[in-house]
Amino acid sequence: MVGYLLQRLIHGIGVLLGVSIIVFFLIHLTADPCSVILPPDASASDRKICRRQLGLDQPLPVQYAIFLSRAVQGDFGFSYRHQGYAMDLVLERLPATLRLMAVAISFALLVAVPLGILAAWKRDTPIDAFARTFVLFGQAVPDFWLGIVLILIFGVALRWLPVSGSRGWESLILPGVTIGAFPLTTIARLLRSSLLEVMNQDYIRTAWGKGLPPKAVLWKHALKNAAIPTITVIGLEVGFLFGGAVVAENVFAYPGMGRLAVNAIANRDIPVVQAFVAVTATIIVAVNLVVDLLYTWLDPRIRL
Amino acid sequence: MKNSAVRLPLTSSALVEAIAATEMRRQRRFNPARLIPALFGGTIVLGVALMAIFAPLLSPGDPNLQTLPDRLKPPSWMAEGRPDHFLGTDSLGRDILSRIIHGSRISLVVGVAAVLFSGSIGVPLGLLAGYFGGMVDAILARIADVQQAIPFLILAIAVVAVIGSSLANLILVLAITTWVLYFRVVRGETLSLREEEYIWAARAVGCDNWRIIWRHIFPNLLPSVIVIATLLVANMILFEAALSFLGLGLPPPTPTWGRMVSEGRDYLASAWWIPFFPGLAILITVLGINLLGDWVRDVLDPRRRISALF
Repeated sequence: MVGYLLQRLIHGIGVLLGVSIIVFFLIHLTADPCSVILPPDASASDRKICRRQLGLDQPLPVQYAIFLSRAVQGDFGFSYRHQGYAMDLVLERLPATLRLMAVAISFALLVAVPLGILAAWKRDTPIDAFARTFVLFGQAVPDFWLGIVLILIFGVALRWLPVSGSRGWESLILPGVTIGAFPLTTIARLLRSSLLEVMNQDYIRTAWGKGLPPKAVLWKHALKNAAIPTITVIGLEVGFLFGGAVVAENVFAYPGMGRLAVNAIANRDIPVVQAFVAVTATIIVAVNLVVDLLYTWLDPRIRL
Repeated sequence: MKNSAVRLPLTSSALVEAIAATEMRRQRRFNPARLIPALFGGTIVLGVALMAIFAPLLSPGDPNLQTLPDRLKPPSWMAEGRPDHFLGTDSLGRDILSRIIHGSRISLVVGVAAVLFSGSIGVPLGLLAGYFGGMVDAILARIADVQQAIPFLILAIAVVAVIGSSLANLILVLAITTWVLYFRVVRGETLSLREEEYIWAARAVGCDNWRIIWRHIFPNLLPSVIVIATLLVANMILFEAALSFLGLGLPPPTPTWGRMVSEGRDYLASAWWIPFFPGLAILITVLGINLLGDWVRDVLDPRRRISALF
């Protein structure tokens, strides 16, 4: 168990190191950060000083070593546009984004779990057909457009919910639904198919055979086993949640780190973009590590 | 009944793939009822493709013609609607239907080109990694792991932001952010195909590695590659639209569906039709491709490997 944990941990650290290389090169793909920071009429000597201050006159491997040693301490330098450290700006907005993602995943689970169970339990009935159609549309709808349609319905026409900013829990609902829609369809589909798979297993036949009521078969025997892949997928969906958050925060003018990142990109504020990608990747790697451990614990057949 | 969980390596993606495999096994049985959605999807895809090809002929007007007196006119069937603007006009008085028809070109070109490009990176690398193993495999697999720790959309917007957005850059970015999807499937299938008896036989009669890869392994991978490509087109269209929406797509005035939705954001209270119809166009197109893709997947039946995340 400890060996496995260590192995996954080392793998995770390796992945983050790789991410750091990508993040590092983001800055080197831009023509010249100094042209972003300095006014267009800056003199050649000003540019030189700027380049020296940013360490751009050093050889690339040296630059990377410096970058990495600072990055592990959470130092991505100052924002080009805002006052303060890039990492501070991102971390300041992280809780707001996490709140949004929590609403999104709760919404996705609240709808997807009953939907997936019902569709599998009532296979090839109108309920199943409805669930599958729902999933089909859910996977085709662009999230940003869904957000706008939700605004049109609940904000403009019905005036039930706030459509922008972050004032209380009401303002989390529409963006949460927007972000959660796609994971919802994935979870529902996967839960349905893994339940159908589990229902074919010998131990389910045994459960039926010994005369258990359907409820007991479903809840005690089938669902527990079908939950394992679903939980795995929730881990993999975290990446999609971040992508969704970037879009939804922009649709709803929600002050999270996704909106910060897109604004930073528009302003070529590279340190903020780097800090954002680093934070996102770290969270994703951590969540997947937890999920890997969680399902080995959930499924005793998997021995470590 | 075989239990798929037991013989799995301990990674989360492998488990997902196993579930996807069982889902596919179940769907393999031929069922004529499944042809109906496929035909429906095929009709949509054909319609959109024709729309893109014949855009100048089908379009009722110039997509970029601004007629300011006619700005923010509702669709023609509504009160105050103009008969010559079936889906209304935007804030600059441009005809929305014409813009949607022309916008289909960008969506399809970017979607298809990015999928082909992405495949031409991911398939060869997957073959190399799966067939030769060793260092090449280890390095490529690590790169794939790294990339999967950064969400597609976030990586794509970061890269577009630094290299700028032109048609070629957009295709390049989408390709380099999605090649991993091909890579994982192709690598996995190559790994198992490599041990098949007919590959050993080919080796025994003296085929060199390249011939084995090209003549014996690649043809066996083709069905899976086609399935991924089909389903990926839909995702590419969604990515392109999202990038456009965020202001990172093709620059104006080129009509793109994503930016049309974005442009309508300021007029939600007064002119809902500006963002609504372009988004609906995306929805219908992606739905059509997915329906067709599901059918392709059923027919070609790549026994396993294709991620349920599609």
